Amino acid sequence: MPPLLELQDVSARYGQVQALYGVSLAVDEGEIVAVLGANGAGKTTTLRAVSGTVRRDGAIRFAGKPLGRSGPEAVARLGIAHVPEGRGTFSELSVWENLRLGGYTRRESLKDDFVRVLEYFPWLEERRHQQAGTLSGGEQQMLALARAFMQRPRLLLLDEPSLGLAPLLVTEIFRIIKDLNEMTGLTVLVVEQNAHIALQLAKTAYVLEVGRVALSGASSELQEHESVRRSYLGY
Amino acid sequence: MVELARRRPLQAGRLPGSPVGLLIAAGCVFLLVGSLVSTIFAQQTVAGLATGAVYSSLALALVLIYRATEVINFAQGEMAMASVYVAYQLIHWGFSYWEAFFTTLGFALVLGILIQLALIRPVQQKSVIAVVIVTVGLFILIDGVVDWIWGASIKFMPGPFGNKIYHVGAVSIARQDIGTLAVTLGSVALLWVLFQYTKLGLAMRAAALRPASARLVGVRVNSMLALGWGFAAVLGAVAGLMAEPAEFVLQPTLMQPILLYAFAAAVLGGLESPVGAVVGGLAIGVFLNLVGQYVHLITSELRPPFAFAVLLAVLLVKPTGLFGRRRVRKV
Repeated sequence: MPPLLELQDVSARYGQVQALYGVSLAVDEGEIVAVLGANGAGKTTTLRAVSGTVRRDGAIRFAGKPLGRSGPEAVARLGIAHVPEGRGTFSELSVWENLRLGGYTRRESLKDDFVRVLEYFPWLEERRHQQAGTLSGGEQQMLALARAFMQRPRLLLLDEPSLGLAPLLVTEIFRIIKDLNEMTGLTVLVVEQNAHIALQLAKTAYVLEVGRVALSGASSELQEHESVRRSYLGY
Repeated sequence: MVELARRRPLQAGRLPGSPVGLLIAAGCVFLLVGSLVSTIFAQQTVAGLATGAVYSSLALALVLIYRATEVINFAQGEMAMASVYVAYQLIHWGFSYWEAFFTTLGFALVLGILIQLALIRPVQQKSVIAVVIVTVGLFILIDGVVDWIWGASIKFMPGPFGNKIYHVGAVSIARQDIGTLAVTLGSVALLWVLFQYTKLGLAMRAAALRPASARLVGVRVNSMLALGWGFAAVLGAVAGLMAEPAEFVLQPTLMQPILLYAFAAAVLGGLESPVGAVVGGLAIGVFLNLVGQYVHLITSELRPPFAFAVLLAVLLVKPTGLFGRRRVRKV
């Protein structure tokens, strides 16, 4: 079976600054794949290339079809949910409105989805009228997951879900991602600085260095890899 | 650059900050007591509310554009004026008033969308100043086109409400004032329902507030912004059509003083707040009317400069207006 998402020799640039130099990677349906790397390695840009929020060259195929020059609106409609850097919260709107926007591309009733989302995040119910910008960082990260989940995506792109969160919350968030993956078969491409927890979660991982794939393989193998251990795991 | 959320948590739809709420409550009590004591006061208040409602809807149009495009649309009044000429022409061709009214709103919607697509979008990425200059140019362009098609001479147009006067006790209230209030506030309320309770409205708010995030959830941001200009133009057209009977005649300068009042109303309300624009418009309408009645120094010629003074005072004393919020930016 061909992979759900496939990047072939993808490059991307911000104005004069090139961020990706020919990245290739593949994500199989139902899999969690992690992208690791230092600051500026091109992790965020890799996700942005997929969702069409940066100009990219090279081939990106989703479910067998090339994305071409599709912008973010079109990519979202194909069933790709992108939780960007900064979580993409609609700070001025209520928690409930954020969830409704998550389901914006869907035509059918969202009732069942609200129920499903509340199973994972029951606290959202009582805070539904609260302004989303007043939630704590951890709550906003969960809201972002819930919002993405409302979209019923085939592929979830997650940008540094652990950023700025207390360790306990990070564990909780990753547990939820794992749960969603196991229960619903959700495919996830996650970008992380926290290599330790990302390698535990993902089956496969890619290590980026200055816009290129430096290493890739099964997470278990990468965990044993000498340079990964020294550079990213710190032992 | 990180934009911090405002410090005090805000629930949607609630009056922010009790001092403002108290101020408005005090104003309402003052008007109510005054109206009970004096019939002239009551008449001037009702008439002021009617003109104020016109300012409100044009001010709301300015706020809609400001939220979506972050500029003041200086052509808002002229777009409204052109719409009134379209209604005039339709009536001239034999449409009934209300047929012409609704057809004109359709025209305004298309006009607003086309202006955003053809003139605003191409320069929007460049700079705010570029957009402002385009709206000023548009002001002149619309004036010229209207002059070219209809000429600058005064036109007469039948009003929708007639000259009937109702008597409530000793207070006489013009049917036209009641009708103006009902139509303008009705359209404002309709728009509010659309924005607050429909999927389209939610998407439009999301597109204006957080365009990047809105795109990621699949909202077609460009279409939403164009539609925002369309709705603003519709509100402006309502304001123009309701302002025309009070001016008695139709000429190309119809909306120019009204734009100034609406601008003052929008600034008073906080420029970003739809509620503020409506409250500001009503307040300025009533205030100007009462001042005109009781302060003999302020004759009708002095009204526009007086509104301008209000504008300056707000900017000096409380730049964020009644309902605006201070934006904290960290670099």
